[in-house]
Amino acid sequence: MGVPLLEVHEVSRLFPVRGTRRWLHAVDGVSLSVMPGECVGLVGESGCGKSTLVRLIARLLDPTGGRIVFDGRDIGTVPAWRFARAAERAWIQMVFQDPVDSLNPRFTAFDTIADPLRRLGVAPERPRLRDRVWEAADLVGLSRELLGRFPHQLSGGQQQRVAIARAIAVRPRLLLLDEPTSALDVSVQVVILHLLADLQQKLGMTYLFVSHDLNLVRLLSNRVLVMYCGRIVEAGPAEAVFNRPDHPYTRALLSAVPVVDPGERRPRIRLAGEPRSPVEPPATVCRFYGRCPEGFERCEREMPALRPIDRDHQVACHLFESRPGTTLGE
Amino acid sequence: MRQLLRHGRYVLTENRLTLGAFALLLVFVGLALVGPWIAPYDPLATAAAHKLEPPSRAHWFGTDHVGRDILSRVIVATRLDLAIALSAVALSFVLGSVAGACAGFFGGWTERVVSRLVDTIMAFPLFVLAMGIIAAVGTSVVNIIYATAIINFPFYARLARAEVNVRREAGFVEAARLSGNSSARILAAHLFPNCLPPMTVQASLNMGWAILNSAGLSFIGLGVRPPTPEWGIMVADGSAFMVSGEWWIAFFPGLALMLAVFCFNLLGDAVRDLIDPRRRT
Amino acid sequence: MSETAPLLTVEDLSVEFRTRDGIVRAVDRVSFDVRWGETVGVVGESGSGKSVTALAIMGLLHPAGRVTDGRVIFRGVDLLAGGEGQRRRYRGRELSMIFQSPRTALNPIRPVGKQIEDVVRRHADLAGTRARDRALGLLAEVQIPDPGRSYQAYPFELSGGVCQRVMIAMAVACVPALLIADEPATGLDVTTQAAILDLLKQFAQERRMATLLISHDLAVIGERSDRIVVMHAGHVVEMARTAELFRAPRHPYTARLIASTPRPGATLGDLKPIPGGVPDLRGNLPPCRYRARCDRAIPACDEPPLPRVELTPGHTVACRVPL
Repeated sequence: MGVPLLEVHEVSRLFPVRGTRRWLHAVDGVSLSVMPGECVGLVGESGCGKSTLVRLIARLLDPTGGRIVFDGRDIGTVPAWRFARAAERAWIQMVFQDPVDSLNPRFTAFDTIADPLRRLGVAPERPRLRDRVWEAADLVGLSRELLGRFPHQLSGGQQQRVAIARAIAVRPRLLLLDEPTSALDVSVQVVILHLLADLQQKLGMTYLFVSHDLNLVRLLSNRVLVMYCGRIVEAGPAEAVFNRPDHPYTRALLSAVPVVDPGERRPRIRLAGEPRSPVEPPATVCRFYGRCPEGFERCEREMPALRPIDRDHQVACHLFESRPGTTLGE
Repeated sequence: MRQLLRHGRYVLTENRLTLGAFALLLVFVGLALVGPWIAPYDPLATAAAHKLEPPSRAHWFGTDHVGRDILSRVIVATRLDLAIALSAVALSFVLGSVAGACAGFFGGWTERVVSRLVDTIMAFPLFVLAMGIIAAVGTSVVNIIYATAIINFPFYARLARAEVNVRREAGFVEAARLSGNSSARILAAHLFPNCLPPMTVQASLNMGWAILNSAGLSFIGLGVRPPTPEWGIMVADGSAFMVSGEWWIAFFPGLALMLAVFCFNLLGDAVRDLIDPRRRT
Repeated sequence: MSETAPLLTVEDLSVEFRTRDGIVRAVDRVSFDVRWGETVGVVGESGSGKSVTALAIMGLLHPAGRVTDGRVIFRGVDLLAGGEGQRRRYRGRELSMIFQSPRTALNPIRPVGKQIEDVVRRHADLAGTRARDRALGLLAEVQIPDPGRSYQAYPFELSGGVCQRVMIAMAVACVPALLIADEPATGLDVTTQAAILDLLKQFAQERRMATLLISHDLAVIGERSDRIVVMHAGHVVEMARTAELFRAPRHPYTARLIASTPRPGATLGDLKPIPGGVPDLRGNLPPCRYRARCDRAIPACDEPPLPRVELTPGHTVACRVPL
């Protein structure tokens, strides 16, 4: 095993709840690592904290606690507003969910792609700037005639290509993909997925792919992290997590994915009620307890930690602890 | 550019009222530019022999109590009235949008300071506030501009704050940060241009109000000094003669005032259609 | 009234929108039917005209839109011929609709229970405590935990999934014969989506309620529908029973759509994009609107009219060179 490109240690982010003195635990003690050249999938439902987690890694938000180490450097200590000028800024870029929202309506495609090149000093002046913009446009398959257009003059697929071109123009080492295809039609979605897979090969980038759509995550990822209520509940190779999910939540999630072929369908695991409130949840109760079809008395007493159950495969659930207190990893 | 012109033509021809307002604007701007040269008489020349003449071939709009030609005075006044309104609106636009945009973007104490300032100004009846300012600092054209700008400031500050605030969390702002933009640059280069359409509409609507305001100040004697031709003073001068039947003295400057206000209000919507890129196809 | 006749028959429905840049022919001679108690899925990309079709059936088209041709026969009555008064008699009682974004479809400043009660009062002619009891009953029927408390809640206090349940409660308040569900679970989480679709299925089965399920997601449609109508650029390109459609799609677009939808076990290499995009629906359009994206096109495809061939009973395709 080499050196991880990104290591996140026990990172947390709390937000004050308006009008109260209580705190919302959006991300609560998450640790993960991403190896160079990998594509790691991050799945979870809305409100589970996956958006906050990627924004912490993208350094758009400051963590409340924990460390974010990128290529051996602790980047979590630089405040987010100053990180815009940091040397590491170009290394971590991001593609957002909705291209309509993430493209400035008053910037042409050219100006959008040129913005990071100018600001991060990669190619501040023409004609080098123009060459780099053209190169990025060519890489994402955006014809050069479209570069003079405003976002509303482009189709959804073209808009997302512009957004991807902007992100890869400065050759980031880690590209965060926050639901990059969920605002697009199926036909366009496939094209963008193929494009992302090609780009990863060509440019040797590392991906963190966030999605609520498990069918998509499976297509691109080598490894998968499942998040629930601010914590990672299962982590492992995509193969293992999708085919033999262990955590009860992962199992329920997978059983809910719509499947056309009746023979392929898994029996539906119904979850009762709504997820636990992320506002100051009790620290000693498993977050999934109450909805979990397999919860037992210990889940109410003790928060399960993420422990290895197999090579590279970790689960945070008391069901998988043969001997309480001791684990393979320790 | 050609596209913008084509779109402009479309906006104008689609709505006849807009076209009319635009034509009226051209007339006013033309009068403001060349007024003194095309006015048939000297606007200040008195002629006791011709005082209080009703509209006639020689004096289309009649003459006032000292025999000055009202048509000439209405034409010549255009420049001053528009200049005051335009400078006041420009001043409040700049100050209000900077203050409001900072309040909306940074929040915290910036927002509190700007909000309290706006609330304080809005706590007064605005026209009375303008009167108070003029009374305190003295009557001059520059002071009318300052007073009008101050009472217009809250509208721009509030609008800019709201417009920036709704976009503060937008994806393109996060993307701009990822691209290495500093907060000031995000505000100036990314956010503010997107807030321009509603701000410009507000400015256009405000022009009419500013004209009315400065004329109002002159009307009550706190603005431009007679005998300078100005619509507000002219209406004030004429109002005394309304009861005795000499209606034309107040009527024609009043009509000019009304048309100017009407014209800018109508143009507000047209301007929005013109500068919002999403309305272009 | 006979139950062998279809519950809803849409015949040659055409809808146009007047826009600044010309007339958009959003829906063109769309025909299909829905039988009593069955779930028909309508699938297509954005701009395929699936939502416009639903709104035209309901008589809720945007003012810029106009039905130019066709008939919508519901329980033997032509809804388009009868005018607004007649539509209003059916709408909400026997013909209901739920939308994609439940939170915006609900009144934000009225407790959701009251909103259900309003529907009950208007359409079921109940009053006083009986209306309230019915509303509480409906909240329980759509499996909202603690109906008493949810009754008092405002939409912003509830999650998207619960809001959609409230919408369903309002839609089924009068036991409609047909429910049109336009992207009912889009934008919701996978588990919530499955629960909402389960709930719709349960109502459909218990009350013999027919459902017109509209979605861009072929997997959702495939899992939930008895029959599928595939739409592309305002045309119905193919219509068949679900199993048959997936086993043997006959229209090239359907085949491409199936091949582009992610499914378990498929790799990225297995997924094939659909070339081109949905065509611009303004101006002169070729008879087959898939023509420009199609790799099977022959010269005859440019000759009107668009064929509508019934290959096997119940399986129709609008193509001259079906697969």
